[in-house]
Amino acid sequence: MATAVVDEAGKRQSPLSDAVVVRFAGDSGDGMQLTGGQFTLSSALAGNDFATFPDFPAEIRAPQGTLFGVSAFQINFGSSAIDTAGDAPDVLVAMNPAALKTNVPSLKQGGLIIADEGEFNDRNLAKAKYDANPLDDGSLAKWQLLKLNISQLTMDAVKPFGLGNKEALRCKNMWTLGLALWMFDRDRAPLVDWLNAKFAKAPDLAAANIAALNAGHAYGETAELAGPLKQHHVDPAPVAPGLYRTLTGAEGIALGLVAGAQLAKLPMFFGGYPITPASAILHHLSRLKEYDVTTFQAEDEIAAICSAIGASYGGSLGVTSSSGPGIALKGEAMGLAIMTELPLVIVNSQRGGPSTGLPTKTEQSDLYQAVYGRNGDAPMPVISARSPGDAFECAIEAVRIAVQYMTPVILLTDGYIANAAEPWAVPDLTTYEAFPVEFLTEVPEDGFKPYGRDENLKRPWVKPGTPGLLHRIGGIEKEIDTGHINYEASNHQMMTDIRKAKIDGIKVPDQIVELGAESGKLAVVGWGSTFGPIHQAVRRKRAEGADVSHIHIRHIWPLPANLGELLKSYDKVIIPEMNTGQLKTVLRDQYLVDAKPVNKVSGQPFTIAEIEAAIEEALA
Amino acid sequence: MNEMTTIARTTTLKDWETDQEVRWCPGCGDYAILKAVQRTMPEIGTAPENTVFISGIGCSSRFPYYMETYGFHTIHGRAPAFATGLKLANPNLDVWIVTGDGDGLSIGGNHTMHLIRRNLDCQIMLFNNEIYGLTKGQYSPTSRVGTTSPSTPYGSVDRPAQPAAFALGAGSRFVARGFDVSKKLPEVLKAAHAHKGAAFIEIFQNCIVYNKDVFEDFAAPKGAEDRQLWLENGEPMLYAKGTKGIALDAEALHLKTVDVVDGDWQTAGVIVHDVTNRSVAHMLVEMPFGEFPMALGVLYDDPRPTFESDVWRQNAAAREGKTADLQGLLKKGQTWTVTEGGPEL
Repeated sequence: MATAVVDEAGKRQSPLSDAVVVRFAGDSGDGMQLTGGQFTLSSALAGNDFATFPDFPAEIRAPQGTLFGVSAFQINFGSSAIDTAGDAPDVLVAMNPAALKTNVPSLKQGGLIIADEGEFNDRNLAKAKYDANPLDDGSLAKWQLLKLNISQLTMDAVKPFGLGNKEALRCKNMWTLGLALWMFDRDRAPLVDWLNAKFAKAPDLAAANIAALNAGHAYGETAELAGPLKQHHVDPAPVAPGLYRTLTGAEGIALGLVAGAQLAKLPMFFGGYPITPASAILHHLSRLKEYDVTTFQAEDEIAAICSAIGASYGGSLGVTSSSGPGIALKGEAMGLAIMTELPLVIVNSQRGGPSTGLPTKTEQSDLYQAVYGRNGDAPMPVISARSPGDAFECAIEAVRIAVQYMTPVILLTDGYIANAAEPWAVPDLTTYEAFPVEFLTEVPEDGFKPYGRDENLKRPWVKPGTPGLLHRIGGIEKEIDTGHINYEASNHQMMTDIRKAKIDGIKVPDQIVELGAESGKLAVVGWGSTFGPIHQAVRRKRAEGADVSHIHIRHIWPLPANLGELLKSYDKVIIPEMNTGQLKTVLRDQYLVDAKPVNKVSGQPFTIAEIEAAIEEALA
Repeated sequence: MNEMTTIARTTTLKDWETDQEVRWCPGCGDYAILKAVQRTMPEIGTAPENTVFISGIGCSSRFPYYMETYGFHTIHGRAPAFATGLKLANPNLDVWIVTGDGDGLSIGGNHTMHLIRRNLDCQIMLFNNEIYGLTKGQYSPTSRVGTTSPSTPYGSVDRPAQPAAFALGAGSRFVARGFDVSKKLPEVLKAAHAHKGAAFIEIFQNCIVYNKDVFEDFAAPKGAEDRQLWLENGEPMLYAKGTKGIALDAEALHLKTVDVVDGDWQTAGVIVHDVTNRSVAHMLVEMPFGEFPMALGVLYDDPRPTFESDVWRQNAAAREGKTADLQGLLKKGQTWTVTEGGPEL
């Protein structure tokens, strides 16, 4: 459980034994995401386990100082396992009145506010709709307040470098980061290296930013003597020895797709169209050409998936990626990939919906769309990633299923996983079993059947350009074996049955119980990015003696063969989801279990406390 | 055209016919186009296994089923996108797109535009019958104003798109026109295939059921010489057995028809067709039929580097000197090692 940095008596607590939650909040132009990212790295180097939650507005440059232009980055770091970005921050860094106003309600009672009083002028206060200056009117009394004129202190620090006012103030985030590094007893050297590399072409800017960083750090050292500011050391978390890096979900997906293509021994073709929050996958892959990756920014979402299907038809691993609105546009093409039985991976980085919805906020509301959202009986495997590291594994799994069963596969992630970072033990690729694709290159002994099938009901994959195997495919119902156009009633019945049987027959691992017993009073069943809060909540409740287990489903379709029996072995099942109950509906339908929904559709992840409350209620 | 054409193979018309029953309406112009293509392929000299016909949805889009090649009958309007992915995956394939006025200019207009703009090396045959045939006769984006149809019982009011002008406007480097029963269609197809890049061919096609004889005013054999201007590179733009020609009204900056007396087209100011002259091409694709003859043949042909070759070149350059060490990639960026003694950089 997170511990307040500063205790009630203001006495130094050292070392903090557990976890600390810090939130950096400022204007979208204040560089809060960058500050958070670098603080994350420093946490990693300090050996802490951590989880982060970047929360930024949909507007690229929202009007300065406004409430809707606030950008925040939260990190939870600690000396024991961290599963979520933390419920309530212990420390809030507020770079302006708007950042204070939008973020202070979630600050833990007694928590520390560090505010840049230089920005609390009449204009900014008015923009944040404050009648009086909250730094002076006593309204923040239940928290500890540290007012610093960060703007002025930064200006002073970078004065020798002759920057203009605007450029000088841009160094504010580094001053703040310097202070944060001091607070948590962190090494500045990696940040100095990073700044030198980042501003290699502008040594003045590098020097100014480093000076601001140092000044913030020095301020902490000298100010420690009095006031609420204290230095704390968070011990390293006990993690397995090995090589680590930070990984975001988008990186996890991109690297996993590349790994999957290599394990399948296929070139990869990625067709994408810019959309938040999925674009990062396109960006990462477009830099990986030496891994036999071709990326194509198409004219729209439909062309993105169609080009990927075209590439799969040509013998590449076709991949496309989008978010809900774009996935909706791809629906018809998914049906074609199902009909023509070509491998394809479709990544959906879910965001708040419907329609444009909440582009930068997270949600899990595309499960129905993934499982059911196509015309006709159009079954398709669906896999969901629970974390950035898991996204790597899931991407490989998606590729494996796509090529081993000649089917499109949907991989669900969400805005939270896509942007959040976690420490990742770099896997040893030699431990992954390859699944090389074998194309059909000559006429088999019993003749060539474009829609003939193997024991997995998979049809052969033939690359155009292969002599002797010429054939035509398309979206009209295929005749069994030959693949010719066939409108006959019995043929359509059989082909529909075959398509269903093929997907139903996909071998997926049995469902395991993440935490707790394989039967009992209560199972909390989750999928995707709710893993963190569910896991922590179940752990805490079990520590209190509650009979509760955590089950987290990766294979949404087909579901693990043992899942029905497993769910029936609990008295009660609750399903927390960031939607109005979509997995709940699927599980009720599949297993006739009385699963109860726990729903949150606010664009924000569940807090641990919310899941704990749901467990208490279910067990009451 | 592409590198695979070097793998020349001797074939006959029969080698390009499938065993599938052709299901167009008896008398449909599509039959004539199919035969023209099957007749042209042996002359081009490519191998059927290296040829892919890709289509969208509509009457024309059934075409791939009847060609003994690789074929992909995709979804409505999206054939160019499938072709792009396929050609990027394997630039050696000879890709033909078959589309129609509804498929290629209405639901798929966006993809047609971008395929042309990017200059993917392929042939785009747009069968223009000015009607939606497969959905039973609604007016299409190329239907003339006043077309009565099930969806426009009082006549259509919107102005038609002009396929060749659309293609040129989208940046096409090859624009040609022909019509279903024309004996010259194979020559047009050959020229399109010889062009490296996106070759756009508008093929006027008679829908005998829903829009019968809509092109008869210029396609009918009788009087054809007065109503068809067959363009030949390096030749004067003459028609009506050489008694008329196309000239430039230099003052008004538009084309005009002129009479040619005793074959003296020079004096009459008749333009010599230069397939690389983009300005003239713009005027030819806009030349209104009636006042002018229908411009047919290769209107414009001036190749430039193709999309897939540029992509492959860039990919190769980006890969140069790099090894695909995925394990190394996973370790890239700032990493730290956790040992028994704690983390270090």
